[in-house]
Amino acid sequence: MSTPIIVEDIRPLIALIAPWFGLIGIMLSGEKRANLRETITFVAASVQAAVVLSMLPIILGGSIIEFHIWQIFSYVPMLLRVDGPGLLFGCVASLLWIATTLYSIGYMRGLHEHAQTRFYSFFALSLSATIGVAFSANLLTIYFFYEMLSVSTFPLVTHMQDREARTGGRTYLGYLLFTSLCLLLPALSWCYVWLDGGKMTMDFLADTGKIGHFSQTEQIVLLFLFTYGFAKAGLMPLHSWLPGAMVAPTPVSALLHAVAVVKVGVFCVYRVYADIYGTEVLSKLSGEDWAMIIASATILISSLIALSQDNLKRRLAFSTIGQLGYVVLGAAIATDRGQGGAVLHIAMHACGKITLFFCAGAIFVATGKKYVSQLRGLGRRMPITMGAFMIGSLSVIGLPPLGGFISKWYLALGALDRDAMWVVVVLLISSLLNVFYLLPVAITAFFRTEESEKDQKIKEAPWPCVIPLALTALGCFGLFFWSDALLKLAELTP
Amino acid sequence: MENAIAWIFIFPLIGSVLVALAGFVNRKFCYPISVLSMAGSCWAGIETLRQAMSSPSHEVSYILGGWTLDLFPRGVGIEFRADILAALIAMIVLGVGLIVTVYSKIHVEKETPNKESVYYSLMLLQITGLAGICLTGDAFNLYVLIEVAALTGYGLIAIGSNRAAAATFNYLILGTIGASLYLLGVGYLYIKTGTLNMVGIREVIENSKLANSETLQVAFVLIGVGILIKMAFFPFHAWLPNAYCNAPTTTSCLLAPLVTKVMIYVMIRMILSVFGVKFSFESTIWVSWMPWLVVIAIVCAAFLALSQREIKRMLAYLIVAEVGYMVGGVWIYNYYGLIGSIFHIISDACMTLCLFLGAGIILHKCKTTHFDGLRGLFSRMPLTMIGFFIGGFSIIGLPPTCGFFSKWYLITGGMVSQRWEYMVVLMFSTMVMVILFFRLIERIHLAVDESGKNLGKGHGDLGLTKEQTRFDEAPLIMLIPLLVAASIVLLIGVYNQDVVNQIEIFLKAYGLPTGVKYK
Repeated sequence: MSTPIIVEDIRPLIALIAPWFGLIGIMLSGEKRANLRETITFVAASVQAAVVLSMLPIILGGSIIEFHIWQIFSYVPMLLRVDGPGLLFGCVASLLWIATTLYSIGYMRGLHEHAQTRFYSFFALSLSATIGVAFSANLLTIYFFYEMLSVSTFPLVTHMQDREARTGGRTYLGYLLFTSLCLLLPALSWCYVWLDGGKMTMDFLADTGKIGHFSQTEQIVLLFLFTYGFAKAGLMPLHSWLPGAMVAPTPVSALLHAVAVVKVGVFCVYRVYADIYGTEVLSKLSGEDWAMIIASATILISSLIALSQDNLKRRLAFSTIGQLGYVVLGAAIATDRGQGGAVLHIAMHACGKITLFFCAGAIFVATGKKYVSQLRGLGRRMPITMGAFMIGSLSVIGLPPLGGFISKWYLALGALDRDAMWVVVVLLISSLLNVFYLLPVAITAFFRTEESEKDQKIKEAPWPCVIPLALTALGCFGLFFWSDALLKLAELTP
Repeated sequence: MENAIAWIFIFPLIGSVLVALAGFVNRKFCYPISVLSMAGSCWAGIETLRQAMSSPSHEVSYILGGWTLDLFPRGVGIEFRADILAALIAMIVLGVGLIVTVYSKIHVEKETPNKESVYYSLMLLQITGLAGICLTGDAFNLYVLIEVAALTGYGLIAIGSNRAAAATFNYLILGTIGASLYLLGVGYLYIKTGTLNMVGIREVIENSKLANSETLQVAFVLIGVGILIKMAFFPFHAWLPNAYCNAPTTTSCLLAPLVTKVMIYVMIRMILSVFGVKFSFESTIWVSWMPWLVVIAIVCAAFLALSQREIKRMLAYLIVAEVGYMVGGVWIYNYYGLIGSIFHIISDACMTLCLFLGAGIILHKCKTTHFDGLRGLFSRMPLTMIGFFIGGFSIIGLPPTCGFFSKWYLITGGMVSQRWEYMVVLMFSTMVMVILFFRLIERIHLAVDESGKNLGKGHGDLGLTKEQTRFDEAPLIMLIPLLVAASIVLLIGVYNQDVVNQIEIFLKAYGLPTGVKYK
């Protein structure tokens, strides 16, 4: 691969700190000026998205944007770099933040939630951290933003401030901090000390494959430490924080636990597999099959668990765990098309799953219902919501003409490139399982009649809730029809 | 200014006399005089640090009174030597001293009424003693200054409540044993080398091949154990929790960040400048078993900290665990470990300061530091809590606080020496710290109480009264020092490489192993 042209530009930093200005504005306006506060959130989100999108032509033109913030250690810079996969992830996160903001207004006001200022403040912080992860240029930078995300989402997860929230919060932080401090940190320090005379920068561009200097055993141990260290990726058996975190309000579950937080996890794993190990080292690694096996097992087991969940949000959470497994699997396949498929899947699944969560939240706002079995006949009362749910389900399942199809297609192609037929089989089985646990929700809603008179009075949720979910549902189509740019960003077309 | 080192001591010494005299005239003068003399001392400290950094040999020497005799390798006489390490640690001592002095006003008036002059006088002497320990270049003077710091420390603790007297007695016994052991060790050193000047002792040891001398081994053990007692290394920690918890608030804010840290500095100074790296690490057997003692120390201290239900007591045990970190960093014997230890002295001083200042404010506002008194404090004093949490995050080791960087170097050191037991125990204690602080955060943010029963119904109902949630921030004179301390914690983290570069300049001369495997 020819070395890309590197452009110095401040735009990544602007995208990173736009939420901070938003945060200040949100805190200053406070609970009493709610409209102003939400407007500021909108402005911050739009600025961020606009800045991120404005970098698109440069990246599509084959260049890379860099910005140097400060020196973490005398030889490791905190460096922001925008490349294809990073920008794709950044676009997804910042665009969906706008949608989620609109949705939050409907949801939080609809339920008369407390402490909305705190909610919007920490939401902005989390988005800053997410963009930071997307635009990081080396492992230590990514680690910083990763930790920032863990801490800044804690108040969101425990938003309800009751017993359930406390348990969820404990599990959440317990898993995430344990893994990042006890597995990731030693792994990082291991690489930094032993490689390059203690001057390793672990850059994603310049240092790809240098880890190959280690012995095979060390490489495998490091692979495990990294894979499980980024526990936000939700690989089994370190996945239970995700269903636990579903106690959060639905906008949090939607954006953070279907898009930002978990995608940060898999994106970090992708960076390690694709840019620290590199396809060459990774495919020569004798233990590399392990990563694929873990990911496949996660996909299948979590899909099976999802089948048995009656709580809609929990079902979606387990579905998310499975879909995250796809991304890790794609990265672990260690072929260009597999890893490209993994990057695509981050975007495709984000759009599909956020639709599903939005729908779950809209149902809760409109009816107070949380369980799949209660949804009988809801399709007639809330046609837009349930229609969107249907589209989201089909996209997650991976049917054309929806976005989910493309990423699964490339994952399968990547597996074939490696002659790993069993991976294709896993993909097929899990798609089938997706059908089993997602479609019954829509079918119950559309084809069963409601139980009581009361249910007939149900109407759609407030419009700020409905518009975003309709938009993201349409987005699932859009991702299919305008996938050229995405393929380019995922480095699948030359 | 050539005499900057001397001014470091002159300001607080004169200040302490003035404060004592002012007590007879008007006690209102005590506070401003103390603050002014500390500010002067700080300025001299900065000047010394600047001189040490800019001089070609990276050290400044000052013979007190110019009185010296050239009989021995380095002469007799009172020498103050500020190399970069000494100047850095002295700067931290003075900085913490200044912040605590500014902070002290309300607490001192409330907790030790009518004794302000005595209190401030002792406090200034205490800071003089601690800064002196850092800067002296003479092994015997070090003993004297340790005693100066210790005696004033006893006074500062005992001036508090009635229970403080018993705690002080405990501290006095153990502290005196530790100091005596140290003095005895210095005696042995003097017999063998004929000088008391630190660099002089090292030169004699290195030139006359005393490495196998039994006398020296005994001296090393005596000095080592003496210092370990003074720094409250587990199991010699028994004096610390009671002393710090029963002492007046300002005393604990001053002593907790400094005393143990300065003693770790003394240990590093003894190893590097007095006995020499070769003798300390290779001619003694401490390297092989000290990390294991550290493991025991950290594990026990962590469990003890977990079992506390009171902030100050919990913090006291945290300090014991942190002492384990630093001792371990030294005895895993490599370059990174020592950088980690030295950096941790600096960062730990700042973060414990942060936490103790926060605890002091909580005590002032809530009249208790018991965990149950913390429910829902965040809505009441958000700024205080933010400052307190920054200290807590630093103890846990979350970037970009300074705690992350010291932990980073310590872990790296463990990795380089392949002392896995030390690394594992660092991980373990990190998780304990996570539990400790997020347990506090749960109480402060979620308003959970001990049994978990008193939880609200969610949706903003925390089961608190109006009184408990009304905005009621601490007075500015307490709040600003806390926020300054918190921002120092962040700034040292952000500019860590500037500090580490200086430490590296200092350490390069000592030829410690770096152990890089793959090039």
